[in-house]
Amino acid sequence: MALFDWFRVPRQPRSASLAKERLQILLAHERTELSRPNLLPELQRDIMEVILRHLEIDRDKVVMKLDRAPDLSTLEINIELPHATPRRNDAEPKAALQRA
Amino acid sequence: MARIIVMTSGKGGVGKTTSTAALGTGLALRGHKTVVVDFDVGLRNLDLIMGCERRVVFDFVNVIAGEAKLHQALIKDKRHENLSILPASQTRDKEALTKEGVERVIGQLAQEFDYVLCDSPAGIETGALLAMYCADEAVVVTNPEVSSVRDSDRILGLLASRTRRAERGEAPVKQHLLLTRYDQARVDRGDMLKVEDVLEILAIPLLGIVPESEAVLRASNSGVPVILDEKSAAGRAYADAVSRLLGDQIEHRFPAAQGKSLFQRLFGRTA
Repeated sequence: MALFDWFRVPRQPRSASLAKERLQILLAHERTELSRPNLLPELQRDIMEVILRHLEIDRDKVVMKLDRAPDLSTLEINIELPHATPRRNDAEPKAALQRA
Repeated sequence: MARIIVMTSGKGGVGKTTSTAALGTGLALRGHKTVVVDFDVGLRNLDLIMGCERRVVFDFVNVIAGEAKLHQALIKDKRHENLSILPASQTRDKEALTKEGVERVIGQLAQEFDYVLCDSPAGIETGALLAMYCADEAVVVTNPEVSSVRDSDRILGLLASRTRRAERGEAPVKQHLLLTRYDQARVDRGDMLKVEDVLEILAIPLLGIVPESEAVLRASNSGVPVILDEKSAAGRAYADAVSRLLGDQIEHRFPAAQGKSLFQRLFGRTA
């Protein structure tokens, strides 16, 4: 009953403000270069080409990840190097790349 | 010089065809020679909304293919002498439109009319890109709803990059926002994006706010553009939008929530 709505604490946030916030974040990203079609495949191809010039790596052991967050977007490229001996207990492929 | 205006949105079902019929009729009522062009090849509907579906003989694709002359395909509106309709083909697929053909036909129409309104199909495929290609101005029809706003933003990007003006490095296509299916009651409850929200996100000038209205369905049922229903809030909103398109400075109306009396507000269930 509408009469009782007056005494109820209003629910927060209402869906319209949620819609606005989601749109603002989404469109801020879609308007940037990061959302260009084929950006990731092209980047991956070029990066692979450069690395293959110097090292023999397994194409399947390359992982690219793009994370879009409100304040900061990150591009993570993980390449597993075949002959790098893990130092200490650290077998992380990313660490291997940093050493190389 | 004719003004070539594309009615576009990206998303389907937001009111492009309803708005094309309404604004086209409104411009003709004000004495401007106007043609409305249906670019939705294979899914034509502008003829139906304009109420001339039984008079279609030749269409846009026939003209492009050289199978009919332009004046054979143009349908003169029965109510308004200044108004003509160029229907889309119902049987061909969208690939039947070519850039050269569209440019030629729109060019011819621009010689003959003051206003050429291009009713774009939904989506961002060939048909939609061709509908915007020759445009000087764009009316971006948007609902206060996330997917519609997102698609409109995408369309604004295409208007800035894929039109003839963009290709030639001319002044950009002038953009107008037409917010349709607006429901003030839901906005007041905080369940629908406000005009200000949409304007802030899309950042283009506002041509008009068309309230959600039963008159729109009645209009399409009877094949009479809703702008001719002068008593309806939607009809008045379109008339205001026409005035603004013609350069008048008119304040935007925010139609009050419809249909709820004080009694209903006190004791009615909230929908």
